[in-house]
Amino acid sequence: MLNTKSTTTEARDSMISQKVDSLSPSGIRKFFDLLSSMEDVISLGIGEPDFVTPWHIREAGTYSLEKGYTMYTSNSGMLELRQELANYLELRYDVSYHPEHEILITVGSSEGLDLAMRAIINPGDEVIIPDPCYVAYPANIILAGGVPISTPTTAENNFAIKATDIEARITKRTKAILIGYPANPTGAVISKSESAAIAELAKKYNLLVISDEIYARLVYGVEHICFPSLPGMKERSILISGFSKSHAMTGWRIGYVAADRRFIQALTKIHQYTMLCAPTMAQMAAIEALRNGDSEVERMVQEYNRRRRLMVKRLNETGLPCFEPKGAFYAFPSIKATGMNSEDFAEKLLIEEKVAVVPGTAFGPCGEGFVRCCYATSVSDIEVALGRMDRFVRKNKLSTT
Amino acid sequence: MKEIFEILEQNARATPEQIATMVDKPVSEVEKIIRQAEKDGSILKYKTIINWPRLGEGDIWALIEVRITPQRDVGFDAIAERIYQFPEVHSAYLVSGTYDLAILVKGKNMHEISSFVTEKLAPLERVQSTVTHFLLKRYKESGETFHLPKETNRRLPITP
Repeated sequence: MLNTKSTTTEARDSMISQKVDSLSPSGIRKFFDLLSSMEDVISLGIGEPDFVTPWHIREAGTYSLEKGYTMYTSNSGMLELRQELANYLELRYDVSYHPEHEILITVGSSEGLDLAMRAIINPGDEVIIPDPCYVAYPANIILAGGVPISTPTTAENNFAIKATDIEARITKRTKAILIGYPANPTGAVISKSESAAIAELAKKYNLLVISDEIYARLVYGVEHICFPSLPGMKERSILISGFSKSHAMTGWRIGYVAADRRFIQALTKIHQYTMLCAPTMAQMAAIEALRNGDSEVERMVQEYNRRRRLMVKRLNETGLPCFEPKGAFYAFPSIKATGMNSEDFAEKLLIEEKVAVVPGTAFGPCGEGFVRCCYATSVSDIEVALGRMDRFVRKNKLSTT
Repeated sequence: MKEIFEILEQNARATPEQIATMVDKPVSEVEKIIRQAEKDGSILKYKTIINWPRLGEGDIWALIEVRITPQRDVGFDAIAERIYQFPEVHSAYLVSGTYDLAILVKGKNMHEISSFVTEKLAPLERVQSTVTHFLLKRYKESGETFHLPKETNRRLPITP
């Protein structure tokens, strides 16, 4: 009978906000701790490029320090960078943003995502997300006071969200749809027709679409659909992206948001009070990345593509069926043949064979039965890791009698 | 096809099976292309870059600028061939600028290189002059750096 009281007291004593307290810690934490104590592990559990930022971009960052660019920039970011971005988005995706009013430079796309959620959500508003999805989506929605509404996606549909499944989850409280294609953790891309169908829903139900396109440049044999470029969608989309994956710049923390002026104004309000501006050095480096970085991006994409084919083929040969991921740098094989759940599989594989993968459940309940394998690692590591996984699967495969 | 060679140039030990998967072509086709390239000289040889100083051994290297008088009909090629046939010559290039041939020469010690220059190279009829630069330190070769730590292990072992 004292239960309620004691939890309240406990919460009071912990001094942590209930909202934060209720957030479950990221599902990869446990593996991080386990991994840190082990040697000779090949990690396919990393969510960033294995390339170092191209030298000309690093050099531009260094040069900016030498020249003394160590002060704040405008809240929105350097106009020069926003102009480059406006050109880039216009040329590449045929969507035009006004550099002064419709682009905000952020501290990585992560900040952009957080700002977008905080700027649009009223308490109790619902935001529809795919399941599985990037770990930060539900957390950002919850922290902003919203309610994440998961929409299951399946291997049968190559893990692309379906407009009909979204529509079935739309209620009076639905404010936005948050999608990210190419997708982490599945490597899925979304077709033009499905995107168009989602766009129609947004118009029909007066919803916003937040499109996280951080992996836009990493697509293989398909064209990336930039969501706001769809007819009538620029006004009701918030485009979130950055340089981390395309230019191997994760540690620089530099990204951007492009959207209609009223949204950028709202996001900038939060940004100016919480962040002031993105790092100046990183902004200077990003300008160089946009001006002269394309050939390096293409080189990296070509290299990822080779590894992608290698990993997907080996996974399928190993008896871990894997749909063909056409974007990002992840493969998302099914591990159901082993009868293990994702977490047990990942833990056992790490302990027995020293290969780290991320259990699909870290990205949502629909990730059960799958693991995320990142192929942004050397060909030789992929070969060795897959050899070990093959041995592991053969040992643990359910006997089919 | 170019992609097959790019992969081999990075890693001569890549197997036809690996390459076939990476470029999405049948193994037999990849094997055929490689065999053909080996035959027609598109692939000259498969070599390994050894970090000799790390093994506590090391030859002495010199970059030699050579000025030569070209010959009627054959230009620089005939004299270049006379020079690059010497086993001491590791690489040879015809270059624009104030000299004509840039050659990279390998020897066990300085004496070996200086005797090559004074006894074999300089006395050649069409060689006007030579300037020898001994290599003091190697930083990068064939795209590989010698002294930087490997750049791959800086990532956290697991990230979202």
